[in-house]
Amino acid sequence: MIHPPYLSPDYRSTVLRAPAQAPVAFKGDPDAIELTSPVFGHDEVGALDNDLTRQHEGEPIGERVIVTGRILDSSGRPVRDTLVELWQANAAGRYAHELDQHPAPLDPNFTGAGRCLTDSDGRYRFVTIKPGAYPWRNHHNAWRPAHLHFSVFGRAFTERLVTQMYFPGDPLMAFDPIYRSIPDEASRQRLISAFSMDLTEPEWALGYTFDIVLGSTPTESS
Amino acid sequence: MTLTPSQTVGPFFSHALPYAHDWELVPDSYAGAVTLTGHVYDGDGAPVPDALLELWLGQTGDRGVLRRGSGLVSGFGRCATAADGSFRFRTARPSGPYLSLQVFARGLLRSVLTRVYLEDRPDPLLDSLEPARRKTLIAEGADGRYRFDVRLQGDGETVFLDF
Ligand SMILES: [Fe+2]
Repeated sequence: MIHPPYLSPDYRSTVLRAPAQAPVAFKGDPDAIELTSPVFGHDEVGALDNDLTRQHEGEPIGERVIVTGRILDSSGRPVRDTLVELWQANAAGRYAHELDQHPAPLDPNFTGAGRCLTDSDGRYRFVTIKPGAYPWRNHHNAWRPAHLHFSVFGRAFTERLVTQMYFPGDPLMAFDPIYRSIPDEASRQRLISAFSMDLTEPEWALGYTFDIVLGSTPTESS
Repeated sequence: MTLTPSQTVGPFFSHALPYAHDWELVPDSYAGAVTLTGHVYDGDGAPVPDALLELWLGQTGDRGVLRRGSGLVSGFGRCATAADGSFRFRTARPSGPYLSLQVFARGLLRSVLTRVYLEDRPDPLLDSLEPARRKTLIAEGADGRYRFDVRLQGDGETVFLDF
């Protein structure tokens, strides 16, 4: 099993939101619209939309990072021109969201939202700051490991994926019910980015790589 | 290759994923526009105020997905639920019998995928379901105004697709 089970009681919010019934197959219907996906134009995304450090007058506080990788299909082929969206907390672990009650400072120079389209090699690239860990009240002393939220479209609505990227060596992953909801160790490792000295830019920013492999559609696997 | 597993969209996406007019796939003036409204409920029947819904018609239309153009048509839309769990879309009628609807929320470790049929009719998927389950995929309404509720769990639980 690749994805977490919907019902993962250690993550309390799943208890009343996880569907109880098994999902229904629609395999074998080649005309199913779920096997197609919206397409995006490069003119829809601004040139600076992938740089979260340049969206305000000043620069955000925090450790500058470059995060890049490829969006691949299950055979390892690049997924071109697909939309990648990213959002995150600021360096203090606070979201620019009205309902985030964590008493950590907001950063007037950081919204924490970006997007880009992959290039012909399936590659995306973001410049941002490393988010802070934050508490979330799921259980006593619950803290989310530092993470970036990713949203990817792919070539079919069935390949649509929302996930989270973690940073290598974060001690909080071992205690995090959301990360640990993924049953399989190899699948968990997929969500941990790799530090890259090659990507790291002198006197500027640390580099991390993070590839995303999208699922095959039900028809492809049937 | 090992696939990338899903993780929840979490509670704090509204500064990032919604965009201007995201729920309006067609302009107000569009002839034959369909409005689709409803609520998302949890296993206690309580509204889900922090879900994100995505509607897909299977055709992109003549407008880019994100950028708005007056009078143009998109095949994709988004709507974050309001505090009362409600959502709304204004869309063109799909060329087939149903619209594809995907729902993300805090507490959903992976999105759920369902279909909104605008009328009950013979259909391979509908015909594979027992009547009470089948009913969960049929929107109520006519004349371009439809209601469709998403029940994530329990009584009247919406049929979700395996994907
Ligand atoms: Fe988060």
